[in-house]
Amino acid sequence: MGLQGKEREAFEKTLEPYVGIEIGIKEIGRDEINQAMIRHWCEALDNELPIYTDAEAAADSMHGEIVAPPTMLQAWILPGMEMATGEPDPNDKQKELHRLFDDVGYTGVVATNTEQEYNRYLKLGDRVKAVTVIETISEQKATGLGIGYFINTKTTFTDQNDEVVGSMTFRVLKFEPSQQPAAAPTDDSGAPAKPTRIRPALAHDNQWWWEGVQADKFLIQRCEDCGVLRHPPRPMCGECQSIRWDSVEATGQGEVYSYVVIHYPEVPGYEYPLAVAVVDLEEPGLRFVTNVVDCDPEDVHIGMKVEAEVREMDPDFKMVVFKPIA
Amino acid sequence: MSSVQYAETNVGDALPEQKIEVTSSLIVGGALASQDFTPVHHDRGAAQASGMQDVFMNILTTNGLCERFVTDWAGSDAQVRKVAIKLGTPNTPGETMTMTGTVLERNDADKTVVVELAGKNTWGNHVTGTITLALP
Repeated sequence: MGLQGKEREAFEKTLEPYVGIEIGIKEIGRDEINQAMIRHWCEALDNELPIYTDAEAAADSMHGEIVAPPTMLQAWILPGMEMATGEPDPNDKQKELHRLFDDVGYTGVVATNTEQEYNRYLKLGDRVKAVTVIETISEQKATGLGIGYFINTKTTFTDQNDEVVGSMTFRVLKFEPSQQPAAAPTDDSGAPAKPTRIRPALAHDNQWWWEGVQADKFLIQRCEDCGVLRHPPRPMCGECQSIRWDSVEATGQGEVYSYVVIHYPEVPGYEYPLAVAVVDLEEPGLRFVTNVVDCDPEDVHIGMKVEAEVREMDPDFKMVVFKPIA
Repeated sequence: MSSVQYAETNVGDALPEQKIEVTSSLIVGGALASQDFTPVHHDRGAAQASGMQDVFMNILTTNGLCERFVTDWAGSDAQVRKVAIKLGTPNTPGETMTMTGTVLERNDADKTVVVELAGKNTWGNHVTGTITLALP
């Protein structure tokens, strides 16, 4: 919902004093740029570029000496263990601002963007400090996570000579969660669940068909009175209005009547590019929406001869897909 | 270690793909090496209390892996000037992040290239963005 009307105006008024101010906490590197911290970083991230740890190779490079990986920039000023155990700094205006949001229900926080620029590479013995300014607070926005506000901060990093060595902009969304987070899904082994395809909505008229697929059968519904085939499954024959029906197994032969290849947006659980086709089945008058598999999606074309296969596309979930006839 | 020369590059060049196994060790090791001791990056209970499945990668590690992806290609004489990333799906243990990238722009004036990159896991893009680097 977010705040509306006068309430929202009053709330936004309380944010104004924060725009353009320094957040007020000390951001001073506790150590000089040093080999040990660089080595730990390179080992953890498996970065084998020799200019960070091999003095000889570094001397031969354009840097002329050992340098720190540029993306370590912020690591030099983070407070380490204090982030887990310390009391929040009462002078931290950024935390104070976040609490204003928390108090009116925008309790969620997520970092969405970061941008770093490096004026020069840091060298052993450099000493870094930084100043962070709250640059902007956006208007209220509706996002996928919920309604909220984007807060942009800019941090300027300087060295022991007060020369600017780099800068960082950071954007977070403070939002009203649209729902409570679900319990963390895990499989039996406790590992995080993997995304799967969207399952069909099963109901009285189609459940039998999907049960057939799970039993490796590609069935087609048939009118018991006039014998006309129909798909997708439905309760009444379009020809004779009979509601009596049975089913036959499809021959599985067909040709591509039309198709699209989906590149974007990507839905978790599917492989992209994803070929989605309407197949003219050999059975007269029937078309079937499906995926074309076992070929380059770019090779799918109208008129392509294809045949059906019941395939397990996710654990415990089978679908009818079509593949090219060799 | 040889370095990519500016003159050898073309817009549209693809960087060698990398598959990064996202393990608890990488997530925790990266968080601590970057001095980011925020509990959600090393304490599974704290991560689950915040609605996540497990510990998840911090931004500095993501930044560092993007840098590594580009400098593994460009070599020791490249200078990273700018990293601009957008964050997407979280990286949790058990994921594999596939890094892909292409040369998006070349600027003759300062011999810089802009690489557009993406790091994708099973839930979608963990990270997308650009890295600007000066080449010899």
